[in-house]
Amino acid sequence: MDILANLAIGFGVALSPYTLFLAVCGCFLGTIIGALPGLGPSNGVAILIPITFTLGLDATSALVLMTSVYYGAMYGGRISSILLNIPGDEPALMTTLDGYPMAKQGRAGDALVLSGVASFVGAFLATIGLMLLAPTLARVAFLFGPAEYFALYLLAFCTLGGMASNNQAKAALAACIGLGIAMIGVDSSSGLPRMTGGSLHLYDGVDFLVAIVGLFAIAELFFFIESHGKGSSIGVILDKVKIPWKEIFSTRWTMLRASGVGFIAGILPGAGASLGSFLAYMTEKSIAGEKGGFGTGVAKGVVAPEAGNNAAAGGALVPMLTLGVPGSGTTAVLLALLMTLNITPGPTLFTERPEVVWGLIASLLIANVVLLLMNVPMVKIFVRVLTVPAWILLPGVTMVSFVGIYSLTGSYFDLLMMVGFGILGYFLRKLDVPTVPVILGILLGGNMEDALRRAMTLSDGDVTYLFSSPISIGLWVAAIAGFVAPMFLRSILKKPQAVTD
Amino acid sequence: MKQKLFKTAMLGTVAGITMMTTAIAAECIAPANPGGGWDFTCRQIGKIMYDIGAVDKPVQVTNMPGAGGGLAYGNVVNERNDDSDLIIAASSATTTRLAQNAYAGMTADQVRFVGAIGVDPGVIAVAANSPIKTLGDMVDAIKAEPGSVAFAGGSAVGGFDHLKPLMILKEGGFTDITKVKYIGVDGGADAITQTVGGFTQAMTGDMSEVVSFLANGDIRVIAVLTEERVPGFDKIPTAKEQGFNVVAGNWRGLYVPKGISDAKFDEWAGKLQKVADSDAWKKAMADNGLAPFTKVGGDFQSYVDGLVTDIAAMSKELGVTK
Repeated sequence: MDILANLAIGFGVALSPYTLFLAVCGCFLGTIIGALPGLGPSNGVAILIPITFTLGLDATSALVLMTSVYYGAMYGGRISSILLNIPGDEPALMTTLDGYPMAKQGRAGDALVLSGVASFVGAFLATIGLMLLAPTLARVAFLFGPAEYFALYLLAFCTLGGMASNNQAKAALAACIGLGIAMIGVDSSSGLPRMTGGSLHLYDGVDFLVAIVGLFAIAELFFFIESHGKGSSIGVILDKVKIPWKEIFSTRWTMLRASGVGFIAGILPGAGASLGSFLAYMTEKSIAGEKGGFGTGVAKGVVAPEAGNNAAAGGALVPMLTLGVPGSGTTAVLLALLMTLNITPGPTLFTERPEVVWGLIASLLIANVVLLLMNVPMVKIFVRVLTVPAWILLPGVTMVSFVGIYSLTGSYFDLLMMVGFGILGYFLRKLDVPTVPVILGILLGGNMEDALRRAMTLSDGDVTYLFSSPISIGLWVAAIAGFVAPMFLRSILKKPQAVTD
Repeated sequence: MKQKLFKTAMLGTVAGITMMTTAIAAECIAPANPGGGWDFTCRQIGKIMYDIGAVDKPVQVTNMPGAGGGLAYGNVVNERNDDSDLIIAASSATTTRLAQNAYAGMTADQVRFVGAIGVDPGVIAVAANSPIKTLGDMVDAIKAEPGSVAFAGGSAVGGFDHLKPLMILKEGGFTDITKVKYIGVDGGADAITQTVGGFTQAMTGDMSEVVSFLANGDIRVIAVLTEERVPGFDKIPTAKEQGFNVVAGNWRGLYVPKGISDAKFDEWAGKLQKVADSDAWKKAMADNGLAPFTKVGGDFQSYVDGLVTDIAAMSKELGVTK
């Protein structure tokens, strides 16, 4: 078989003591970076790129190190989601919904192990998928035009209502706040700034990392101050970590489905890991129905987004390697690394530089195994970082938040904006308005609007263009069903529990 | 200064040594997120400067995205005007935006342009199965039905990628440019997928963006906007030889703060010239579809001034700016 022969080349490149050592270092660093709120995979990888130059690493070693950090961060993001209710990075947002309630029930260890295993399954399947299907799957991107992208984002928003709150209206309000914030900045269809108040800092809009860290970490800080450290959500205690075999087994289909959904979402350029984990969670939630208890701390609710976001991380490598179109922020950074190493990703990469591609795939597989070992038996090491007393941890989290956000643009303006979001988050939580839809609005709103505007430019404002392909019609049907169905089901079924505090 | 020390510490490099010795690592600001052209400029030039010994410490790359480079420009002008260890990546996009007054009133004379050491030639590409074979076909199709050819490009409306086809159309005698459809997507590769997918009919961008797609035959480049055919891509005809006198390329270069001494400016110009002359840079250019284009020092400043004047006049004429 071709693939096996190629894989042998890859392992030949990746399996030397030195590269293995780099993989272990990368995984460890990545997990820490992922776990720290504010420092996501994209700035983590960006910060570490200079190190590969100072160490004088060759192309393969540099790739092994960076992809280990990348996968590591995708694993690490869940730790603070589960223990602190603060997503370590944006794709880990959905993991807070069930992970944190689970931790509050005293099952933090189970949640961490389950999500670790799910991460492994998702990443492993995605790597296999990348290996087998990359050249073919790259063609999927050609089927998605503005109309299809718009329908895809619409699907995400339509299924959003009632996700993080037992009050649809509040969730819708939160989503609208997010969409409104997403409109700030230079409008890419006319090139004119909107709602920037003339400030250059707002020309590129509001960075969603600023919003996430503000709404979660800084708002948490305000609650901590208000309660003088009592009753704050920080400081979930982790006792013994056992492996919940039964639950791992019972969630096997969830893991497989979520991996599939995540992988597809990852392949679509621009959609990325956040959409992957979101769609995986929503798919599983609708399959489980109201009885599934999603949002109350169930195993499936932890497993689905983690398998989804790790699979999406692997999926995002497909368009990057085969088309040179990064599927997510982090793959954009990896793309930059490849270009600096004089490797130009694109349709010919697989045939022209097989040692790079297969070396990368082999190192992904190695990193994944290392990460499973690191994140399941040794998870306590990382947890220790986060289970120090709240009065030490919180200032630390705050410091990391400020440093992480400052490193985004090197401007104090973002810090002020982050504090502003913290205040917003504080009041929203006081009013029992969920903050997750706000962030999804900021995250996806701009893309959705761009897709609509492009569709309208191409069709001279003809609305029927939006329903002009089988793919877009299918997505529209799913979106409408996702929006309408819960309204009828609600009267029959019990309302879901609120997950907000 | 505080900012620099802070970043040094952040990157986990030897902050202690930095403070003990007077030699401070130079910093290159890429005014965009990692992955784009400015980031490439900083990382390649920085790496080569260190490799050939033009600087004695690795150049630190800082990404300062925002306002299409405007945020970094403002930061340099207002806060770091006399920082002689700072270089900033620039390209035609920088001068285009300055010319269109898109940097909130800041002007090109508020910094010093050191030089350009390569140009990414502008290209117009279509899907491999497109009925459009030449620029002439394209212009005729638009003249017959302005909406029939939609362009996709990596810059926003009014940006350099948008201007390229408009310049060609204007040269071809089509003046009703507001009727021409253009969508700005996330980069050249994305523009190509939209064009190959049939959602748009043509892609406007840079040579570097199409290189990897050329070999596998998904797209056909119908014109390159240079004086001469580009070495290594001899089959692609220039717009000029097809009767459209349009030369537009995305040069890659650097600017430095206005307030540094002439001696320091000349030092940076010398270092940049060394990079331009290095084999590593020649290889990097070839690998990334850049054509040779070296203008360093005072020569370059007058070139930039000319560009800004031209683009400002053209944007007004095309109705893209007031």
